[in-house]
Amino acid sequence: MSRVRVLVGTRKGAFVLTADAKREQWDVTGPHFGGWEIYHLKGSPVDPDRLYASQSSGWFGQVIQRSSDGGRTWETVGNKFAYDGATGTHQWYDGTPHPWEFARVWHLEPSLTDPDTVYAGVEDAALFRTTDGGQSWHELPGLRTHTSAPSWQPGAGGMCLHTILLDPGRPGRIFVAISAAGAFRSDDDGATWRPINRGLRSEGIPDPHAEVGHCVHRIAMHRSRPGVLFMQKHWDVMRSDDAGDSWREVSGGLPSDFGFPIDVHAHEPETIYVVPIKSDSEHYPPDGKLRVYRSRTGGNEWEALTNGLPQRHCYVNVLRDAMAVDSLDPCGVYFGTTGGQVYASADGGDRWAPIVRDLPSVVSVEVQTLP
Amino acid sequence: MIRVILPAHLRTLARVDGEVKVDVAAPVTVGAVLDALEAAYPMLRGTIRDQVTRQRRDFLRFFACEQDLSHDPPDTPLPEAVAAGAEPLLVIGAMAGGG
Repeated sequence: MSRVRVLVGTRKGAFVLTADAKREQWDVTGPHFGGWEIYHLKGSPVDPDRLYASQSSGWFGQVIQRSSDGGRTWETVGNKFAYDGATGTHQWYDGTPHPWEFARVWHLEPSLTDPDTVYAGVEDAALFRTTDGGQSWHELPGLRTHTSAPSWQPGAGGMCLHTILLDPGRPGRIFVAISAAGAFRSDDDGATWRPINRGLRSEGIPDPHAEVGHCVHRIAMHRSRPGVLFMQKHWDVMRSDDAGDSWREVSGGLPSDFGFPIDVHAHEPETIYVVPIKSDSEHYPPDGKLRVYRSRTGGNEWEALTNGLPQRHCYVNVLRDAMAVDSLDPCGVYFGTTGGQVYASADGGDRWAPIVRDLPSVVSVEVQTLP
Repeated sequence: MIRVILPAHLRTLARVDGEVKVDVAAPVTVGAVLDALEAAYPMLRGTIRDQVTRQRRDFLRFFACEQDLSHDPPDTPLPEAVAAGAEPLLVIGAMAGGG
C-alpha cells in the first residue's frame, strides 16, 4: 500500500509526517535540528529516501543536511556557497548598489534523474548545484551575471531565489523565480538565462511592464505539460502557455489576488490552488477566513474550499514554499501556516483536517508519495 | 590540549557533550584553534567564521580569562592560561529573545 511522507520546514526545526494512503492517521517525528530555521527540505524523485535539508541560523549561518534513510538519520554535508568570480552589485532597498552577499539557501531542488545532483536557490539570488550529494556546491553564474542583475532588488524578505522548476520533458530547461527580480528560464542547464516576465504588470516599480523587477512569489507546473506555468505574483495570479514567453492574468474572481503559494493537482493539469491573502501589508486571509481557492479551469473561475478550515478569527499566513500535492488518487493537497498548522486534504481540497496544529511557524511543505 | 566551550547548538551539530579539546601547536591563536576545531569537526566549518570571508560571524564572540578577544586579529596569541589548557576559550552566541 502506498504511503505519503510530508516534509515540513519550520522556524525552529524540521518535522517528518507519515501516513498510509488513507491519509487519516499520522505519525509525526521531530523536531530535527531543533532551534534552527529549516527553510526547505526535499527528497530525490529517483531515490525517495535521499533527502536534503537547508538548515540555517542567524548565529551560525548555513548548514546542509542529507539523509539516506528517509529522514530517520542525517549527516552534514558541504555548506560552502561561494559566488563564482567577481560578485558585482545589485540594488539595495534604497536604490544604491549593494554587493552580493550569501545569506541562506531558500530552496533545494533535487535532480529528476540523479540523487547526488541538487540545485540550490540562495539569497542573495543565485543558483548553485552539487553533483556529489551535497559535498561541494558550485554556482551556475550565468544567472547572477545576467545583464539585468545590477538592477535587481530585494523584496522585504531578502533577494532570494526561491523557486526552481526542472522541466521533465526537456532536459536542461530550468525555470527559477527571484524576489523581486522576476522569473527566468535557461534552456542549457543553467549556463545562460533569459527573463520571462512579459505580460506581468507590477505597480511600485518605475515601469510597471519592465523586463525585470517583478516580485514573483511562486511558479508551478504540471509535469505532463511543462510549457504551462502558473504564477502567484506579489499581486496577481498569472498563467503562461508558452513556457514563460508571455503571461496573462487569471485572478478573476478571487477575493484577493495577493498570496504566496500556488500548486497544481497531480492528475488534473488545469486544476490549481492558491491561498488568497488580504494584502502585502496584512499577511493574513481576508475576513479572518482561511480559504484555499481552487480553479478547475486553469484560472479565472475559482471556488473557495473551506470544509475543515477555520472560518473565523484566523490570521495566519501561508508562505510560498508551504504548499504541496501528493500523487495518490484522489490527489492529496497539503499546506502549512505561520501559526504552526499543517492542513491536509485527501480528496483534492474538498475536505481538510489538520495533521498537526502546534508546530513552530511553517516555512515549507513538501510531500513524497512512496510505494 | 586547548579547551573550547561551544554554544549548545554547535555542540549538537558536532555531536559532542561538554568541552571540546583540540591539539594546537604554538603559537596558540584564535585562528589556529578554529583551524584545529574545523579539522576535527568538519560540520562546524562556516558556523563560527564565514566560509568565504573567514570573518567571525556577527552574533558570536570569543571570550577567555574574563576578556573579550573578539576583535583581536586572528593571529594574536591567546592568553597563556588558554594555551596551557588551564582556561577554556569560550565561543559565545549573542543572547536574543526574538525569533
